[in-house]
Amino acid sequence: MIEIDVSLARSTGFHLKANLRAPETGVTALFGRSGCGKTTVIQLVAGSLTPDSGHIRVGDTVFYDRQAGINLPMEQRAVGYVFQDARLFPHMTIENNLRYGERRTRRPRTIQFDAVVEMLGVGHLLKRRPHTLSGGEKQRIAIGRALLSQPRLLLMDEPLASLDEMRKGEILPYLERLRDELNLPILYVSHSIEEVLRLADAVAALSDGKVIACGPLSDVLSRPELLPVIGRFDIGTILDCTVTAHDPDLGLSTVSFADGELRVPLVGRPVGAPARARIRSRDVSLSLSRPMDVSVTNRISGTISAITRAEGPFSEVELALSAGRLSSLVTQESVLRLGLEPGMQVWAMIKAVTVDSRPAGFHSPGAEFVSPPASRPARPAAHPPQDPPALRVISGGSPPKGQT
Amino acid sequence: MLLTPEEWTAVRLSLQVAFWATLWSLPPAILIGWVLARFEFPGKGIFDGIVHLPLVLPKVVVGYLLLIVLGNRGYLGQYLHEWFGISLIFSTAGATVAAAVVSFPLTVNAIRLAIGGIDKGIETAARTLGASKLDAFFSVTLPLMMPGVLSGCLISLASALGEFGATITFVSNVEGQTRTIPLAIYSATHMPDGDAMALRLTVVSVVLALGSLMLAEMADKRIRVALGQI
Repeated sequence: MIEIDVSLARSTGFHLKANLRAPETGVTALFGRSGCGKTTVIQLVAGSLTPDSGHIRVGDTVFYDRQAGINLPMEQRAVGYVFQDARLFPHMTIENNLRYGERRTRRPRTIQFDAVVEMLGVGHLLKRRPHTLSGGEKQRIAIGRALLSQPRLLLMDEPLASLDEMRKGEILPYLERLRDELNLPILYVSHSIEEVLRLADAVAALSDGKVIACGPLSDVLSRPELLPVIGRFDIGTILDCTVTAHDPDLGLSTVSFADGELRVPLVGRPVGAPARARIRSRDVSLSLSRPMDVSVTNRISGTISAITRAEGPFSEVELALSAGRLSSLVTQESVLRLGLEPGMQVWAMIKAVTVDSRPAGFHSPGAEFVSPPASRPARPAAHPPQDPPALRVISGGSPPKGQT
Repeated sequence: MLLTPEEWTAVRLSLQVAFWATLWSLPPAILIGWVLARFEFPGKGIFDGIVHLPLVLPKVVVGYLLLIVLGNRGYLGQYLHEWFGISLIFSTAGATVAAAVVSFPLTVNAIRLAIGGIDKGIETAARTLGASKLDAFFSVTLPLMMPGVLSGCLISLASALGEFGATITFVSNVEGQTRTIPLAIYSATHMPDGDAMALRLTVVSVVLALGSLMLAEMADKRIRVALGQI
């Protein structure tokens, strides 16, 4: 467990009072708007800033404890820090940059030079100098350099923020590999919900120097008090699923979750592997009767649990499924026209699902509204290729009985 | 152009004094430049002032202060003389001390500016990778500040080559010991037939100054290429 409970008053008038616990596995995102104190938290953990009071512990190592008078020097904390700007050493070759921390570490060298070079795909850069590298390449080297210092914890401070979209796309797969292949906890600072959704297992949301929510991703991001932090971003519904079948001919995979199954674009994970599906609210439309002759593949029935007025002409409709929930964004006009109200049974049509492949053995400690995917038996043969996907109806819930 | 033996002596002495003054003042200048650029501590203003004192005081005053402190009967000089038999007055060593003290603040300033220009974050990066403060200084800060060290050296050389007031006050004007080019020119202008000598030494001064500037330019380029700045 990574335990951070600190307060710090800065001369600028900014006051940080952060209290959070992060698991010692997987990626924990520190999420919030610019100036909310995310980077400050990372700096306190790294030791480049010292808090006024409190304590910071990683596993059984105390980094800082005001009462016990402990303040471990930066170089003894063994945290790999990846900065927003790569901060490579300009006077050294790439190889010497990578080996800087490796040469100085006091910990067993479990992360091998060759493995890191291979994983980040930087073998052809070793003899070059930092100033000849692109932004994306620099950031990969910075990640490799941090990894080779054999850290007990990786700190990443918006490693993608200074890159353009192309470069982001170049780095993200490496970060996913990092998360999946190394058993290393990562604290990941970001203000981009897309990055958080793609990489994080747990989230600590910060606002105004305070941690306002902390826990498993699917849990935290569905909390309404996070709206001011996330802004208008449509998080929608996040479902922890298991891959149950692949259908290369149609380019589709089947993933199952507590309330049924979804047909999604081919997922690059084997059958039985966990996967996280995200359904944006605006991609869910509602029907009073069971939709038959529509092109939408994924359909599921549920009961309306709440209707809240959203921005502009929209209303957010919350559906209770038999086990989980699903959120849908429809116009207020539709709500009135269909006479939608809590307690009604409706069919949801899911127009788009994005699936983020999760590492095998991934465990989301608090996926509360969906039963753990690992406990569900994989059913690879459940959907042979000849199954016409256009007519798929998702089990779960009960069919609507019409208007009440 | 040929120089008289007396003039050659002055030129050799000037180069010798400037070289050693620069070399000896460099390590403390780097240390103090680093401290002034990177650390905050109580009394930093006074410390900074003392370091810069030789720059703002009249050079004759600096020379006189050196005489009071390091002269054979000075506060420290008497012990140097009694215990180690070292006498700085009238000696080349004394001239070197005078040149070093006068050029020291200029060197410190050049180095301090160079360190100030290095992103502190890069040192933090080194620290998080397991380097102690000292290790980070030697492996990252020092190599990156080499352009600043070089310009500090050049300023120090130039200022030492031209040092006059402190030298003549502290160690007097002794041929073969303390008579550097400026002192030799000064002496020449007091001799009835010294004009030619003064002129020749002036030309030498100009050549030395231009030569060292060009040398520094070349070295600076090489260093920056090595640092990946060009």
